Amino acid sequence: MQDATGAVVAFEHVTKRYPGADAPAVNDLSLEIPAGEICVLVGPSGCGKTTSMKMVNRLIEPTSGRITIDGEDVMGLPAVELRRRIGYVIQQVGLFPHQTIGENVAVVPGLLRWSRERIRERTDELLELVGLPPGEYRDRYPSELSGGERQRVGVARALAADPPVMLMDEPFGAVDPIRRERLQNEFLRLQQQVRKTIIFVTHDVDEAIKMGDRIAILQRGGILAQYDSPAAILANPASEFVERFVGADRGLKRLSLARVRDLDPIPAITVRAGEDRAEVRRRLDRVDELEYALLVDGEDRPLGWIDQHDLQGSGPIDPEAATPGAPTLEPESTLRDALSTMLGSSVQLGVVVDERGRVVGLVSVDAIGDRLRAPVRGADGELQEVGGDVAAAS
Amino acid sequence: MTIGPVDVDWIVDNLDRIGGLVIEHLYLTGIAMGIGLVISAGLALLVRNRPRWYGPIIGFTGTLYAIPSLALFALLTPLTGIGTVLTAEIALVSYTLLILTRNMVEGLRAVPSEAIEAAQGMGYTATQRLLRVELPLALPIILAGVRIAAVTTIGLVTVTALIGLGGLGYLIVTIGTQRGSFGLTATLTGVVLAVGLAVIADLALQALQRALTPWSRGRMAAA
Repeated sequence: MQDATGAVVAFEHVTKRYPGADAPAVNDLSLEIPAGEICVLVGPSGCGKTTSMKMVNRLIEPTSGRITIDGEDVMGLPAVELRRRIGYVIQQVGLFPHQTIGENVAVVPGLLRWSRERIRERTDELLELVGLPPGEYRDRYPSELSGGERQRVGVARALAADPPVMLMDEPFGAVDPIRRERLQNEFLRLQQQVRKTIIFVTHDVDEAIKMGDRIAILQRGGILAQYDSPAAILANPASEFVERFVGADRGLKRLSLARVRDLDPIPAITVRAGEDRAEVRRRLDRVDELEYALLVDGEDRPLGWIDQHDLQGSGPIDPEAATPGAPTLEPESTLRDALSTMLGSSVQLGVVVDERGRVVGLVSVDAIGDRLRAPVRGADGELQEVGGDVAAAS
Repeated sequence: MTIGPVDVDWIVDNLDRIGGLVIEHLYLTGIAMGIGLVISAGLALLVRNRPRWYGPIIGFTGTLYAIPSLALFALLTPLTGIGTVLTAEIALVSYTLLILTRNMVEGLRAVPSEAIEAAQGMGYTATQRLLRVELPLALPIILAGVRIAAVTTIGLVTVTALIGLGGLGYLIVTIGTQRGSFGLTATLTGVVLAVGLAVIADLALQALQRALTPWSRGRMAAA
């Protein structure tokens, strides 16, 4: 993957007024999105977030004002050419059911008349990038894929011609919460590699806090209520509307600002089926903070917990005795997601796993609690008091 | 030689003539389908751009469809002549329009809106979108209409025997009603061949549909 970077996207006094409507859908919107950042447009329905996004690739044209990409007015190009330079991902994905996965990914390169070999190479590279082995997926049809897989193909398709800017309209809205979390984490990992400028629309504040380098909160009538980093918005809501929209649990929401990778994991005591019980018991006794050993498979993926009781006597460990359901956390998971996952399981330890699901270490609910009390660094690098008196900050 | 009521000698003696009638039958059907497809495509595109026209167009083609074929030939004959291909085709084409136009319009309407939005957002021109996204996705419904229209037309061509054409209808109506031992044989031959043609056309179009839409072949989502 080449080191592609995004472009600066700027809205300058953009207004959209639909004929016959009393109020504008977007009202004098001005904001600048730095290159390579994710800007989340969030707000209640009717706030003009989708309209604002669609004006960037001219699916909707502004009534007044202008939008520029790296200083160039989007109205200066034919709409069709402009759109081929901007990645586009929608909630229902919109893969073409009559085309194979490979053909779907190759749409924009095809429109740009790339050579056949170049398209083939690029398609395989992208499928690899989103974790779908091309040999297995290239020639299948969308109807043969799961919702999550289709969503990844949608992202690969949007990245195909390496556009500096991507528009994403509630891209993870149609998948269940568990898969959504995973897709979000995957996408954040991907973004660290591709560094596109992304305009991301959602109605979900938690998703906005998790995904956004910056968040633009819009209110009804297309008025920009606040545009800032998630940390700054949580610490310092600009208005009563923002405060209400962000919700009463702002203290808890700040857990979404930190990730599992920000914690120091406790090394896990991993065991495999057939290991000697007494030996494992000795290893477990040496560590005060752990009461459980973690049973893993041949690839170091977690299977379940082994406690002192399972280790009594001698002989090999019985994998059937393990308590299943070790909650797994990805380094990109927010502490908030991590906490809710861990609280839902019997053993309140989370297993941090890498991309392949292999055990990296453990985190405890206590460690997250400590984090709540400590200051965290916001996205803008400024120290933010977390868990302190929220009202005092506003 | 006869087998039951069938005079096999007559069939053998008239094989060339029967073959010629089969070709005439296919020729009349082919022209009707070809012209019907072109007109229906035009009407469907009109409806795509001006949805309000759908009602009137379906009303009109529906009325054409409802006119009894016999009556239509009687009405047309003074204008376009008896026994002319033109007279026959005006009637045959008229009967294809309702089914073809309706299935084309419904086929285009059934294209998932998110596929259209994605196509637009990725920079397809309007024509590219129609040809590469909407038309292929509408194909199963369009071809289902083509199958019905083709089978109907093959049946209707026999009726044109009444104005002196008819393809296999000539065997059924014209020769079949003559006196003589071979009358019934001719009728049966015509009926069997006409039905055979309809079945073959239907199967061939079904095979074409499968070949053109490999993506729609009863695949289940692996979700």
